[in-house]
Amino acid sequence: MSRPELQAPPEFYYGDTEAKKYTQNTRNQQIQADMTYRALELLNLPPEEPAYLLDIGCGSGLSGEILDDEGYIWAGVDIAPSMLEVALEREVEGDLFLQDIGQGFGFRPGSFDGAISISVLQWLLNAETSHPTSSPPHRLTRFFTTLHSALRNPSRAVFQFYPSSDDQIQLITSIAQKAGFGGGIVVDYPNSKKARKVFLCLYVGGGGAVQQQLPKGLEGEEEEDSKARFERRRDRERTKTKGGKRKSIKDKDWILKKKELYRKRGKEGVPRDSKYTARKRKPVF
Amino acid sequence: MVRLITHNLLACHVKDCNTNNFPLEFKDAQIELRETEFNPEFVRGIIPKLEWKALVDTARELGDTTLPLELPEMLDDDFLKNLHHVLLEIHVEDGVMICANCKHVYPISNGIPNMLLAEHEIG
Repeated sequence: MSRPELQAPPEFYYGDTEAKKYTQNTRNQQIQADMTYRALELLNLPPEEPAYLLDIGCGSGLSGEILDDEGYIWAGVDIAPSMLEVALEREVEGDLFLQDIGQGFGFRPGSFDGAISISVLQWLLNAETSHPTSSPPHRLTRFFTTLHSALRNPSRAVFQFYPSSDDQIQLITSIAQKAGFGGGIVVDYPNSKKARKVFLCLYVGGGGAVQQQLPKGLEGEEEEDSKARFERRRDRERTKTKGGKRKSIKDKDWILKKKELYRKRGKEGVPRDSKYTARKRKPVF
Repeated sequence: MVRLITHNLLACHVKDCNTNNFPLEFKDAQIELRETEFNPEFVRGIIPKLEWKALVDTARELGDTTLPLELPEMLDDDFLKNLHHVLLEIHVEDGVMICANCKHVYPISNGIPNMLLAEHEIG
């Protein structure tokens, strides 16, 4: 499947049907929920303290629902009206805004205690018109500078996104740093094709005495491995046998030999040899 | 679903609109009241972030006069409850928000404000 951000701008791609599909797909819900919990973990908010969060690209409120459950007060922005409509139907608690994050935010300085964003940043990497304000670097700069000022000092912003190349990561991190953020990229399950997740962890402030440390990405195999256990051992054992293929004992030679033997003994009804002898049948259900 | 807490943090973000761009004025506002759980710690924690005068003015404009003009020094439970009501339970469902400086109009429909800018307004 090709990447959705290459097909159309988000407000068109997530039309009415796509917005419903996206929200009702249980697999998608699960993935979004997992990533939201992980993002909250990386956000590392002080426990037992209420916080006011910004959900960037809140969509239909899949992540917002989790913020509600966790007791956070939040505001969300998204550019796709259809997604916001679904969010209204689902009755999420947060305030919703129809906003293009590439145009920047208008929030007063220090408004939010943190920001999360699930699967959004990659949408900022495509130019839609040739106007200078719609070039990706310009939009990213506008986005990160206004976000930086809208966040409290100290605080964090965590973005999960799907970069398609290292250049994109490079571009995003360099612009974020110019906007005044510290931090960097955290990769969960770097060696897994499916479970690999890229998080951009940005810090506002936190220099000086308390140096914020970039958290470690999750290592090792993903939890629910799609392969059966011990399969690798079986692979190894299979290659140990000659050429990887074990010869069938009852091959054509063996059958011909047996038939010859029966004929010699005078047994009746021994089938004659042909090109079909000992040939494997097609699997028929 | 514009609550006053969010409105109090929201300024105009049109290009070169940097002074007198807060607060955005409500016009033709349709209000809906929705009860939410009272969380005294959250309300207490949010007070330093608020622009008090703007909040009181906006609340009075929308017909709620429970808040005092000056932020009291003693924060008792009644006051926090009133503040909670103003911040989190008053939802503006329809209407427009207008920037006092550049007169940009942000329409609100179905409780969702449209913050999109035209190309020449992007900073």
